[in-house]
Amino acid sequence: MKLDGKIPAGTIAEKWSNYKASQNLVNPANKRKFDVIVVGTGLGGASAAASLAELGFKVKIFCYQDTPRRAHSIAAQGGINAAKNYQNDGDSIYRLFYDTVKGGDYRSREANVYRLAEVSNQIIDQCVAQGVPFARDYGGYLANRSFGGALVSRTFYARGQTGQQLLLGAYGALNRQIAAGNVTLYTRTEMMDLVMVDGHARGIVTRSLLDGKLDTHFGHAVVLATGGYGNVYFLSTNAMGSNISAAWRAHQKGALFANPAFVQIHPTCIPVHGTAQSKLTLMSESLRNDGRIWVPKNKEDAEKIRAGKLKPVDIPEENRDYYLERRYPAFGNLVPRDVASRAAKERCDAGYGVGTGKAVYLDFQDAIKRLGKDVIEARYGNLFQMYEKIVDHNPYETPMMIYPAIHYTMGGLWVDYELQTTIPGLFAIGEVNFSDHGANRLGASALMQGLADGYFVLPFTIQNYLADQLSLKRMDPAEHPEFKTALEQTRSRIDKLFKIKGTRSVDSIHKELGHIMWDHVGMARTKENLEAGIEKIAKLRDEFWQNVHIPGRDDTINLELEKANRLADFLELGELMARDALHREESCGGHFREEYKTEEGEALRNDKDFMYVAAWGYKGAGKAPELNKEPLSFEYIEVKTRNYK
Amino acid sequence: MDLTLKVWRQADRKSKGNFETYQIKDISPDSSFLEMLDELNEQLIREGIEPVAFDHDCREGICGMCSLFINGRAHGPGHETTTCQLHMRKFKDGDTIVIEPWRAGAFPVIKDLVVDRGAFDKILQAGGFISVNTGNAQDANAIPIKKFQSDEAMDAAACIGCGACVATCKNSSAMLFVASKVSHLALLPQGKVEAVRRAKAMVAKMDELGFGSCTNTGACEVECPKGITLTHIARLNREFLSANLKP
Ligand SMILES: Cc1cc2nc3c(=O)[nH]c(=O)nc-3n(C[C@H](O)[C@H](O)[C@H](O)COP(=O)(O)OP(=O)(O)OC[C@H]3O[C@@H](n4cnc5c(N)ncnc54)[C@H](O)[C@@H]3O)c2cc1C
Ligand code: SF4
Ligand code: FES
Repeated sequence: MKLDGKIPAGTIAEKWSNYKASQNLVNPANKRKFDVIVVGTGLGGASAAASLAELGFKVKIFCYQDTPRRAHSIAAQGGINAAKNYQNDGDSIYRLFYDTVKGGDYRSREANVYRLAEVSNQIIDQCVAQGVPFARDYGGYLANRSFGGALVSRTFYARGQTGQQLLLGAYGALNRQIAAGNVTLYTRTEMMDLVMVDGHARGIVTRSLLDGKLDTHFGHAVVLATGGYGNVYFLSTNAMGSNISAAWRAHQKGALFANPAFVQIHPTCIPVHGTAQSKLTLMSESLRNDGRIWVPKNKEDAEKIRAGKLKPVDIPEENRDYYLERRYPAFGNLVPRDVASRAAKERCDAGYGVGTGKAVYLDFQDAIKRLGKDVIEARYGNLFQMYEKIVDHNPYETPMMIYPAIHYTMGGLWVDYELQTTIPGLFAIGEVNFSDHGANRLGASALMQGLADGYFVLPFTIQNYLADQLSLKRMDPAEHPEFKTALEQTRSRIDKLFKIKGTRSVDSIHKELGHIMWDHVGMARTKENLEAGIEKIAKLRDEFWQNVHIPGRDDTINLELEKANRLADFLELGELMARDALHREESCGGHFREEYKTEEGEALRNDKDFMYVAAWGYKGAGKAPELNKEPLSFEYIEVKTRNYK
Repeated sequence: MDLTLKVWRQADRKSKGNFETYQIKDISPDSSFLEMLDELNEQLIREGIEPVAFDHDCREGICGMCSLFINGRAHGPGHETTTCQLHMRKFKDGDTIVIEPWRAGAFPVIKDLVVDRGAFDKILQAGGFISVNTGNAQDANAIPIKKFQSDEAMDAAACIGCGACVATCKNSSAMLFVASKVSHLALLPQGKVEAVRRAKAMVAKMDELGFGSCTNTGACEVECPKGITLTHIARLNREFLSANLKP
């Protein structure tokens, strides 16, 4: 398939203005004649639905939680980027664009990233107007902090709860439109399938998580805002319910899936404690502003610490290895996430890890000495508290222990400049699309992207599609054959799951998948290991379809059925991720192939052969997917080896 | 550790429901409370018993989806802790733990430990927002806001909408939840414009939905996992409800 990114004409700074000036719009009186379905109520979905409804479109919005406000965007801690340059430290739209493209290791689409940087400032304005209580200084003006991969301070934050506050803002806007009758809200409702009519996305099949009732909904267009797929690893910083199912259904119906192997492993998470563990907790990257990362310089000390015979505070300064500061003096503890994660793994694999051996220290002693405990408490109090609740250690007195964990997925549904997938009428926004972060996302840029997509991009680009659909009459899903067929297919898939009546619980299989993914498609990948992983995933998928056990009934809350539905899709996605990782014979961003590194162990990109987006087409479970390439070119940035030294 | 669990089981909204007793063994003190329930469910599935339905999602104390009355306390024994952040080290080997759903007229039980908190959304839909369309905003730094004021707004905005305040209140009042939202927005210049109308509309909706009235027992403040304080209720009463203000 020939992929057309639909990048508008003009210089990079003119493209978005040019696009807006020439796109088709729907006239105000006609807007109410259009139904738009939005799946997901996170930053992407809530902001899009509210903005579309304000414009006059009729919106239906869906989430699996009991209220939109619980979408996983709520958990984002650290902050949101914008190129305001309020600190007068030399920031600009170009610099934010530059940092994002470089941080993504030159695997993103230039035009999209520039637009993202361009609308970033409007996002902050909008959020403040909605009542988001961003941190301020004593003069009453907005405060900023720094995040990894940037030399300026451009991150806006609301204590350690930035995602919560941004989502409450978007949810407020959504509530206003619900009250006005422009948005219909469906909670505890899961999208089960996409309905296609004449090659266009025209609706969805849903299942009520309360009573199992299946339903169909029509929309002139469908917008997926369903978040990321980190849970394919079982343990991740994602919410328990985060899943890929909606996007995977779209993929099965023809939407290409781009760069699935690009997964972000976050360097500062609380280490794994045991086999009953259900999720991993992130300690915000903002901690790296003041915390220093180290392991013992001597192996013997590390061994003694692991055996409980030595405490970190007993190790004198000269026997500590601040390995990030040592290896990357320019960026130090603020190198991008992929670099920091690999460096931690390298030290632990070499035998210098602390705790269970899979942990390094994040130490605040120097910062407390320099700034005082009060300042540190004001900056990170709630994070320290969260850490203490989980680990039962006081980080004011002893360094935190951290280890990398699966956090974010850069890959996702392929979309063009208009955020439209390869299925006409199907759009993807927020983490579920692949667009802006290339092979590695910079901290505080996902919130920015979700809100950019939802508030300022999709509400316009979708009109370019809808303007052509004016003659399409609303369909009655109860009567329409395509809707009925899709509903029956969902019914038979659920029946099939119940009929297996095997002996294994859903979680036991999901945990096994997680181990395979972490061991084979994790932080350091090799050809051999990936090939073995593909085989193991395929076997496990068979095991699932032959031996999973789903207790209970379909017509009531059935958490096992919900999990099984999602796991079935993860079992296909996992294989695609491994195949993508196998085909990409280079190391870039979050994708690190042991075979492709410099003598110093740094990632080695291969721009000659791999400067493209890999967009995969679905050919059936277990069948080799079809590879399509969207070549990338960089006109406004000189492509260099990423160097944080 | 080994534990005895007394868990509320209820098939659906209409059924009566009752406690069932389960024994569970070898729980790690480092496990979270919900991980302990995961293990219980794995055990029940193996024994052919339907697993216990309970709400949860983020498992890090921020989404507000988890609930549970544990040994008579909303979100269990911890201070400023949600159920998902509660760890088993807070209990002793051999303990009996009683686990119930939130109980409040406005939060009907749907199944086992799952309740319907949709009433909270309805209250917020009645006015818990600032009426600004996308694209209407001026520069974010155009209006300076005093730091202490913005900090206080943030304190109030930290509410996660879990409903522990309602569940723990003998009147099942939602005042702490409503007051936190009213304060959050009213403390900011952007939210001042609609402050009176907002407060009245939300309180009226709360009454309409069957939440009880507030008699200032203060139980809500004690159990709120996010440390939302009674000062917000006081502000709501003082500034918006006592006087006959024009919206
Ligand atoms: C712990 C943590 C901290 C983070 N911190 C930051 C940060 O500081 N800065 C930053 O920029 N980024 C951060 N991120 C990343 C960022 O939060 C996410 O990428 C972003 O919020 C995703 O938003 P979204 O709208 O795409 O999806 P989500 O917020 O995940 O929302 C997904 C929505 O889709 C719905 N849904 C999913 N599947 C279905 C289905 N089948 N049917 C119906 N509904 C469905 C869900 O109910 C939900 O409403 C963090 C992420 C995590 C996990
Ligand atoms: S006020 Fe506290 S207890 Fe009540 S809903 Fe909000 S966070 Fe929960
Ligand atoms: S599960 Fe999200 S707050 Fe407990």
